[in-house]
Amino acid sequence: MTALVEVRGLHFRYGSGRRGAAAGWTLADISLALAAGGTLGIVGESGSGKSTLIRLMCGLLAPDEGTLTFDGRPVAGWLAAGRRAFLARNQIVFQNPRRSLDPRMTVARALAEPVRALEGREPGADELVAGLLRVGLQAEVLGRYPHQLSGGQLQRVAIARARSVRPAVLYADEPTSALDVSVQAQVLNLLMDLREALGLALVMVTHNLAVVARLTENVIVLNRGRIVEAGPTHEVLGSPADPYTAALVGAAADVSLAGAGWGAGGGGHGGGDGGAGGGGR
Amino acid sequence: MLAIRDLRVSVGALELVHIERLEIPEGRRVGLVGESGSGKSITAMSIAGLQPREARLAGSVRFAGRELVGLSDGDMARVRGARIGFIPQDPTRALNPTTRVGPQVAEALRLNTPLGRGAIRARVLELFAQVRLPEPAALYHRYPHQISGGQQQRVLIAMAIAARPALLVADEPTTALDVTVQNEILRLILELSRAERMAMLFVSHELGVVRAVCDDIGVVYGGRLVEFAPAGAIAARPRHRYTEALIGANPGLPAGDEIPRQSGRRFTVIDGSVPAAGRFPAGCRFRNRCRHATAACETDPPIAPGEAGAWVKCWHPVAAGGPP
Repeated sequence: MTALVEVRGLHFRYGSGRRGAAAGWTLADISLALAAGGTLGIVGESGSGKSTLIRLMCGLLAPDEGTLTFDGRPVAGWLAAGRRAFLARNQIVFQNPRRSLDPRMTVARALAEPVRALEGREPGADELVAGLLRVGLQAEVLGRYPHQLSGGQLQRVAIARARSVRPAVLYADEPTSALDVSVQAQVLNLLMDLREALGLALVMVTHNLAVVARLTENVIVLNRGRIVEAGPTHEVLGSPADPYTAALVGAAADVSLAGAGWGAGGGGHGGGDGGAGGGGR
Repeated sequence: MLAIRDLRVSVGALELVHIERLEIPEGRRVGLVGESGSGKSITAMSIAGLQPREARLAGSVRFAGRELVGLSDGDMARVRGARIGFIPQDPTRALNPTTRVGPQVAEALRLNTPLGRGAIRARVLELFAQVRLPEPAALYHRYPHQISGGQQQRVLIAMAIAARPALLVADEPTTALDVTVQNEILRLILELSRAERMAMLFVSHELGVVRAVCDDIGVVYGGRLVEFAPAGAIAARPRHRYTEALIGANPGLPAGDEIPRQSGRRFTVIDGSVPAAGRFPAGCRFRNRCRHATAACETDPPIAPGEAGAWVKCWHPVAAGGPP
């Protein structure tokens, strides 16, 4: 099986011009592979570099070192040959659709724009409507502006927009963290449905391990710009080998509904679990 | 300690919150869980006297034998400063960026305690140690931007508990933090509430977070408290259809051996989205999104008591003691 996306020895830092000033990499030694139709979760805390990594993978940033290939060809080569073909096949859905969609554009214009820009043609009304129906929205939404739609509807529009140019990989950067809990499930199920129906590869950045467990077959754990653990999701989450992964999984388990919590019983003792130690962060 | 009866919070003609009843006994930790627009934050802020200027309160909030609804701003400020501590959601916005953090906590003590200058400084350092801030003496002179988000939240916790309040109100105190830092802060809050025997009202949109910290949990939707039960019971056996649906939509990380079976599994969907304030249906506020709704739900459901002080406000609740 050849990988659709392959990252080898990638290093990146912001503002590379000032080399040597602060020598720290935002991302260092990143290697990973994604098969066509495959799924990859990227987890880590804020500042781990996870959002930066998918911006590199979909061509919005360029690495300082290492190679990044898409469909057997270096991404730099794809971009040099004209960005359109690459961008059409690598689409990204951002965290907050209220910020990623232009407030002055109707849904119809927002949906038509990537087709126009990347395929150089004007999509017909029926194509736009079909795109909306695929994400569970009705035709009447076409004439609306972002402020007239709920966060969940807007994220569906953003997904429809990304899907409209028939990407091979859909990148999602915390796509539900700006949404209400009761709406998150709708959007996550939609991503699973689309992926299965269209054979899309999905790369999902999230801090929610329960989401990773359901949506991704493989996962990488980032800590301070480095991959500390990678593998099949159920293995990494089920029996983490790296202490940082174990801490993340343990922290999520502590506040999961299945977990015991620390407050149960409301007794007067200190919990006996080592307290909130450290406190340095 | 705290007893709410028919608390209504409104802005103009719009009623944002109507909490029929809620009690927090001394030393007990009660969580309020709800989505944005549920009214959970404005409820917490109203109890702490920090509601927006234009909000009007009606009904009754009795705290330590005293009625808080109708108190003048000055009287409320005195009660709040001395007896009710408040931990806000976003530490970066709650601290004054132009003042060093030590003096900000000292100011809270100067306003709310009879301590003199030297004693105040000593107490701030003691508080910083109590909330496990590293090197309290050095940190005293730092500006908010010079310390991490987790440390900022610790400073605010120090400020909230400075006057040894009887009630601590926490409004999503860890939402802005990463999960490992979040849990350190949660455990700190829990530990302080135990050590100082502080009652607590803890507001969050994450049921799992509230469950980890609280003894009892109230679920809020559309400005109404719809279910109330001991924390463990509500997570394992929700009774209100909204609570049940909320857990299905956001089940949290399963136990390790359950994870292999999770792949590709769909989440339970709640149809539609949370309506804007004033757009909730009459009767049960959840009925337009509820798969169990019938014509009966057009009438406001009564409060049906269950075991151990639990109650549910639903015409078609999950059977008590039924499967989770």
